[in-house]
Amino acid sequence: MNMQARSIKLAVTAAFAALFFALTAPAQATTIERVVSPGGIEAWLVREPAVPVIAMDFSFRGGSNQDPVTKSGLAYMVSSMLDEGAGDLDANAFNRLMQENALELRFNASRDHFSGSVRVLRDRQAQSFDLVRLALTAPRLEAEALERVRAQVLSSLRRETTSPGDIATRLWWKTAFPNHPYGRPNNGSLESVPLLTPDDLRSYVKRVFARDNLKVAVVGDIDAATLGPLLDRVFGALPAKSNLSPVPQAPPQAAGRRIVVDLDVPQAVLSLGGTGISRKDPDFIPAFIVNHILGGGSFSSRLYNEVREKRGLAYGVYSYLLPLDHSALFMSSTQTRADRAGEALDLIEAEIRRMAAEGPTEDELAKAKAYLKGSYALAFDTSTKIAGALLAIQTAELGIDYIDKRNGLIDAVTIADTKRVAKRLAAGGLLVTVVGRPKGITSKDNGG
Amino acid sequence: MKNRLTYVVTALTLIVALSGLRADAAPPNVSYFKLANGMEIVVVPDRRTPVVTHMVWYKVGAADETPGKSGLAHFLEHLMFKGTATNPAGRFSKELAAIGGQENAFTGSDYTGYYQRASREHLRMLMEFEADRMTGLVLTDEVVAPELNVVLEEQNQRVANSPAARLGEQVEAALYLNHPYGRPVIGWRPEIEKLTREDALAFYVRFYTPNNAILVVAGDVSADEVKAMAEATYGKIAPRAQIGPRIRPQEPPQVSRRQVTLADPQVAQPSFQRSYLVPSAATAKAGESEAIEVLAHVLGNGTASRLYRTLVVDRALAVSTGAWYQGSALDSTRFGVYGTPKPNVSLTQIEDAIDEVLNEVLVNGVSEDELTRSKNRLLADAIYAQDSQATMARWYGTALTTGSTVEKVGSWPDRIRQVTADAVRNAARSWLDRSHSVSGYLIKEQPKREEKRS
Repeated sequence: MNMQARSIKLAVTAAFAALFFALTAPAQATTIERVVSPGGIEAWLVREPAVPVIAMDFSFRGGSNQDPVTKSGLAYMVSSMLDEGAGDLDANAFNRLMQENALELRFNASRDHFSGSVRVLRDRQAQSFDLVRLALTAPRLEAEALERVRAQVLSSLRRETTSPGDIATRLWWKTAFPNHPYGRPNNGSLESVPLLTPDDLRSYVKRVFARDNLKVAVVGDIDAATLGPLLDRVFGALPAKSNLSPVPQAPPQAAGRRIVVDLDVPQAVLSLGGTGISRKDPDFIPAFIVNHILGGGSFSSRLYNEVREKRGLAYGVYSYLLPLDHSALFMSSTQTRADRAGEALDLIEAEIRRMAAEGPTEDELAKAKAYLKGSYALAFDTSTKIAGALLAIQTAELGIDYIDKRNGLIDAVTIADTKRVAKRLAAGGLLVTVVGRPKGITSKDNGG
Repeated sequence: MKNRLTYVVTALTLIVALSGLRADAAPPNVSYFKLANGMEIVVVPDRRTPVVTHMVWYKVGAADETPGKSGLAHFLEHLMFKGTATNPAGRFSKELAAIGGQENAFTGSDYTGYYQRASREHLRMLMEFEADRMTGLVLTDEVVAPELNVVLEEQNQRVANSPAARLGEQVEAALYLNHPYGRPVIGWRPEIEKLTREDALAFYVRFYTPNNAILVVAGDVSADEVKAMAEATYGKIAPRAQIGPRIRPQEPPQVSRRQVTLADPQVAQPSFQRSYLVPSAATAKAGESEAIEVLAHVLGNGTASRLYRTLVVDRALAVSTGAWYQGSALDSTRFGVYGTPKPNVSLTQIEDAIDEVLNEVLVNGVSEDELTRSKNRLLADAIYAQDSQATMARWYGTALTTGSTVEKVGSWPDRIRQVTADAVRNAARSWLDRSHSVSGYLIKEQPKREEKRS
């Protein structure tokens, strides 16, 4: 196992206040260090000096699920406004400095997290991280910039009104999560976005951007001694505590329902979903393997074989697990020729039922394990990918030794585990939304 | 009064303006050599993680198709996964999956590429499989027929379902009066529908041969290791076709501005786009392609660009706008500008405003400050690219299939540094000529009344 011997190595570094003890042998390929700044901000660091670039990913718990009921799209709007001027810099000055320093700075609001992804040139790190600091701690969020960005968001929302994929997805979430933040669109609606004010944006920033719900991952040409004070400079001015609204746990509703939306396009878009498995569930890894066999990413899944390879009904067909902080979903999707859409849907539902009834075969399980273990290293070949992986492990609270443990967890899964968990995927049935003119699919209520 | 940050950054900008990003933007230690059978090999070492990216690029793409057979290069790309005499359908993908490898393929106007990413110790196996399917492909009607349907669904998904994509095809078709770049890579649907197993095999035998292929390996491997493995695998394949120069019908002098409008009830947001016929890196005079690249950046890359400042911020006409340049191409290529209006702003207003910005550059050129910022940003891309072995592999593969060389990829940062404000203005004057351009308008068509369908 030469590959494993050279894959990411872990070392938890004890760190107190301004002191950093690197307990790892310098010769080791890659180590994860836990760095705690003098001010108490924690980050996971992989030092990699070969390329003069530093990647930093960070996130705050509380994404669009913190949007007020009538103000959906608020977190998304904040994510689009943070580089529109901050501190003494107006939007123009801020953007010119970003360009001069070749700073890549992106913010994203998902349902449960507000995150940032940064890439800086090593030789411009001081100026670049100062811009990140300003964006996070002193964003201007002014009316003029808001009108400009609002027009951009509304333009995308108008586009979505006739885009079959967007219609199908929005309708799925709206139907599965009535009266819950997950049911409201992440980027807002044509009704809600006009209502957003600068005060709404400021209030969101104040409630969500705080040190107690912050996770940080850093990869690149920077050492722990430099990173510690840098963490304080970038994040130190944030309030100590966040003030999040509670979000109720919510299983997806409307299992068994099918909703067809008429749109005159040659291809029908299908969104399917039901209950999944929570990331903290002991059966998550077995479920992850079962999904890989059923409709995961490789060119060998059951859905790929039945829908694409054998019959040519679609260019893409897949399924995935979507564990959220307040729900757990199993989703599937395809775009298929309208005249055989019913056939494609029947095939997908039949494969899901067959998996629930029989589980995977021993051979499928062995192959899936081999793939998932072998491909893990491919997720660690750029600074940005490593930073993303470290952040994901932190937000899911899997532990700093997870990368070392992960392939062992895959190996430990038995055929009995997979058969047990396969029955739990979409156990109560699937909610299906279809946009287009699908032959052989009609709307129906629950329990049909 | 400037705050501290601005002051510090301004001082640093001056230093960078003088020194540039010299050392860091230099390319990594790249090797280039040829096998006896003519296959070219590029090795881009990246020893940080024990994985490799293995790519084979063929110097053939949609622009090399016989007229009437549009989509054939791409269709063959799909069929290359259907097995060989030695390795029946699915074996390559299955064995690759068993080692955790990932794979895919892509087709452009000038190239077709196949790649796998896997742990370093499997490189030899990847080469054996890829070498086998360079000449050993076996196709039966049984596998070809469903795959044609897959490609038709891909066309539906990428093009037919999207009015914006359909307009894009029309603009390109109108831009090229004679050159096959006017054909969509995926093909025209009525022609895709008629493609056959025999078409695919004939194309395969004609173009898939080691003397028309480039191996690019990036990742945790040395040039010597790659050379030994490549000689033992790809080196055993005898050339099976003579490959002549890639001569396509060229564009005649273009003398008229063209306009294309696509109206569809599905358009909820109108937009404007324009493409100009301009020189590519391969056809331009020395320094010209680099100047066009900087021009595109100054005009329309990001929120600090001229177009964005003018149309989105100062005049508040547009929600988005920008410019781009497709420099990597064997023949004359495209420079584009685009804009999306705010409500109650017409496409004509957007087009006029874009033309005013372009005219300003034609008359007065670009400032030293703009020039420096754009050049630094472009040079930074060369540094960021080094963080990804897959990106590096793709850069070299694209370059070598579009008339460039390893040396030219290496000298790209220096060539960008040498671009002057005069060169940018001259490029704009030479090439932003409406008589070799096509303007495209995406507008909403009110749906006709029709019977309600269930």
